[in-house]
Amino acid sequence: MLAAPDGGLSLTIAQIVERLKGSGLHAQLERQARLSLHNPEIKLQSLKEDIKEFLKTSGWEKKLQNAVYREISMVDSDIASSWTVKSRFIKSRFPLPCPPSVPPEHMKESLAYMRKAQGNWEKRILKSLNSMCTELGIPLSQKRSPNEQKELLNKWNEMGTDEPDLSHFRPVYAPKDFLEVLMNLRNPNYDTSEQSNFRNHLGLIQVPLNVKDIPELKEYFSELDLNIGQMDIDDSAHVPPELFENEHVRIGQKVLMEQDSAAAQQYVRQGCPNSLRAELWALILNISSQPEDILYYEQLKSNVIQHDLLVDSLIYKDVKLTASNDDYYFVFEDYLYQVLLCFSRDTSVLEHFVYNSATPPKSYIRGKLGMEQYAVFYPPNGVIPFHGFSMYVAPLCFLYNEPSKLYQIFREIYVRYFFRLHSISSHSSGIVSLCLLFESLLQTHLPQLFYHLREIGAQPLRISFKWMVRAFSGYLATDQLLLLWDRILGYNSLEILAVLAAAVFAFRAGNLMEVTSLAAAEAVLADLSTLKVMPLLQIFLFATGS
Amino acid sequence: MNVITIMAGKVKWVTDIEKSVLINNFEKRGWIPVSENEDWNFYWMSVQTIRNVFSVETGYRLSDDQIVNHFPNHYELTRKDLMVKNIKRYRKELEKEGSPLAEKDENGKYLYLDFVPVTFMLPADYNLFVEEFRKNPSSTWIMKPCGKAQGKGIFLINKLSQIKKWSRDSKTSTFVSQSSKEAYVISLYISNPLLIGGKKFDLRLYVLVSTYRPLRCYMYKLGFCRFCTVKYTPSTSELDNMFVHLTNVAIQKHGDDYNHIHGGKWTVNNLRLYLESTRGKDVTNKLFDEIHWIIVQSLKAVAPVMNNDKHCFECYGYDIIIDDKLKPWLIEVNASPSLTSSTANDRILKYNLINDTLNIAVPNGEIPDCKWNKPPPKEALGNYEILYDEEMAQSEMSERDLRSRSGQSVGFKGNRARDPGKAGSLTWK
Repeated sequence: MLAAPDGGLSLTIAQIVERLKGSGLHAQLERQARLSLHNPEIKLQSLKEDIKEFLKTSGWEKKLQNAVYREISMVDSDIASSWTVKSRFIKSRFPLPCPPSVPPEHMKESLAYMRKAQGNWEKRILKSLNSMCTELGIPLSQKRSPNEQKELLNKWNEMGTDEPDLSHFRPVYAPKDFLEVLMNLRNPNYDTSEQSNFRNHLGLIQVPLNVKDIPELKEYFSELDLNIGQMDIDDSAHVPPELFENEHVRIGQKVLMEQDSAAAQQYVRQGCPNSLRAELWALILNISSQPEDILYYEQLKSNVIQHDLLVDSLIYKDVKLTASNDDYYFVFEDYLYQVLLCFSRDTSVLEHFVYNSATPPKSYIRGKLGMEQYAVFYPPNGVIPFHGFSMYVAPLCFLYNEPSKLYQIFREIYVRYFFRLHSISSHSSGIVSLCLLFESLLQTHLPQLFYHLREIGAQPLRISFKWMVRAFSGYLATDQLLLLWDRILGYNSLEILAVLAAAVFAFRAGNLMEVTSLAAAEAVLADLSTLKVMPLLQIFLFATGS
Repeated sequence: MNVITIMAGKVKWVTDIEKSVLINNFEKRGWIPVSENEDWNFYWMSVQTIRNVFSVETGYRLSDDQIVNHFPNHYELTRKDLMVKNIKRYRKELEKEGSPLAEKDENGKYLYLDFVPVTFMLPADYNLFVEEFRKNPSSTWIMKPCGKAQGKGIFLINKLSQIKKWSRDSKTSTFVSQSSKEAYVISLYISNPLLIGGKKFDLRLYVLVSTYRPLRCYMYKLGFCRFCTVKYTPSTSELDNMFVHLTNVAIQKHGDDYNHIHGGKWTVNNLRLYLESTRGKDVTNKLFDEIHWIIVQSLKAVAPVMNNDKHCFECYGYDIIIDDKLKPWLIEVNASPSLTSSTANDRILKYNLINDTLNIAVPNGEIPDCKWNKPPPKEALGNYEILYDEEMAQSEMSERDLRSRSGQSVGFKGNRARDPGKAGSLTWK
């Protein structure tokens, strides 16, 4: 089980160096180093040291550090978290970055049956999309006429006022369709014969994956412990809340001044003050909004203006069905189109399929079906939106009022985290592991409740699945949601979603024990907008005897 | 306790506003419905009825155990022309007294009392208006009838010819007529409103006044923003599209995009979270502090002319617009804020608003005694918080004077200049 840390580390370093070589940062660093030669302080005798010193004092070293940190976070979340907490480094069970000989599909997902299941699911989605195309007689993509282009450009800032007839469009799939697929997942190498024993998992998910138990979660989320100050918790026994908040704000400002990604990530584990969140998240995600980024966004925008895609209607429909009706997010309807339409055209999103178990769907030029040289990814970013997709963007509108910045932040959060919520994989932040973690927490720690709900046909996962797939967006009040997402970024992991889902059940256990049907259980859990995230998590993880 | 309550008898109530948020609240308290001709203790009435109750002819005399939900001359605050008149007078008085509150900047604008858009009465102040308009001919102005609510009769103008046409068209063919029914106010239109998600909005805040002399008022924490459903464009070609400019729900409901789930309403908590996240905490606190400030100042402006009848309390709906520099502007005050619920959340909010209002106006739900003048205990406030308590402020003030007889002025303004947040806690609570 224990990998030799040295071998893994040097391989990781080699990979990161390789990746950064092709980046804009590399070119910038080189240019700065060249320019520094004109600097009188740089001496030929100590050239290397002097240039290093120059890069350090001019802040470029920090930028390089943050870029390296970003790469690490992308390789594997488990490594990244051990990076900051060095003591964990040795004992972490992180899957090694693959040696070059390993086939690329193992980078995506190491278990063959998971890959197969994901492949079948994709076929289903594509079939549904294609049949809608045929039914409605609408092409996947078509160029807009000059007049249409002009019209769209004019109403770019108010696309929400448009009311196209979308009654024939239906979301390609909804979370509950996806849950059915996950319930049918089986490991063919695993004996699931009838021998029932107390270790049997009685939930809906029937694949054996390693998920954390409470002691492991306590260690993993140690900064959430009761004796550690948190934003939005005002009954800490040790320090008056105002004192903690002022001090926390002061430290946050210092972290921002230092522009240190790793420090920012550690910092947000205790929650962000509202006024610092936008900048802290950008720092963690290594988003700096350079002029070229704004230009890139404008380029995507002009792609939207030029071509009409079928997925646009799906996005439109989704926003109308979800965010437009939401008490918190309706205000931002227009921003959602501005982000999501551009997202669908962004081919840089394709890069994340290297480590996403999903594969971007292909479409062929008319008459050339199956001929690889005529294949294009469709939609261009490879992501087919499903019912509720726009809710990944909506909460971010509270933080960023500049569309190009909002866009970059969303894209980065998506390719780091949210893609895992609708891809079948064995990753610890993947939706399958989250479901299993949720079910095993309930079964182990609230067995009475678990059996009761199971008995009346209200399997808890049937209720909590949609919360987790949407990362609770649209269920919690926005201030609470942002505190939750602070921890996703802080721990570089989505596991907190499963823990919160279990904590919600624990919190409402009294009422849930009295219900006798799925509908009644759903009613008890219908409104989560009054819940306070941090007390729930703390009580569940740290205040119950286990 | 229970025994005493029963002994004291039940409150007998009347209302001429058949709204379930009212009636449910009365019934919840076990109060007894009676007709207006019987003995009643509590009458929730429309502004039309209050006029009759206190009119000289009907000569109705309220006894000590009777309470109504309006002050007799509430219109000093709630009619657009009178509110502006009272605020103008208040500013002049402060100026005459040499109060630091009336300080002006180099352009002659009040530093602390410039919170109502420049406003004139029409037809009375027509010449003053023309003078002002000519100073800034590209400005847009909004015309509102003095006595109407819910956005009725409102229109925008940006040319003098439009106002001439209006005067010709309206039945008052001459500007000499002073009939108040036809009187309009014309105000400078806030042309740089703060936009969120590209949309314009205004704030609706509820303020309860239990007495004017001494002034004691409460602010309801659960106010909301009302959003226009149509994108905001300051271009004048859209001037006729009222949906862009007016945020009254009564108007917006007729728009095609009106959403019956959220009703275009956003909680003040959302606004605060958004502003703290995008603009920072200090400027957000300053904005809310200034909003509280202008509400208190507007109440102080009318307090001297208000008939402070002991049988009265009033819940006002304040309409405030925030501009893109985060300065709040008082647009108008409503005496009978709408109790119609447009959405489920709205219904809950208004039910609670009435509930909390009754808890303060009718302590313990017992038969009222209008000579009872003590402020309610903190637990009884619900979602209200004390906005200003003149008695408390004065006793704090004299206490401070005793403590530091250094001769320094400890006026409101001095505190605000240093730290607006602190001033609130010192003098307002």
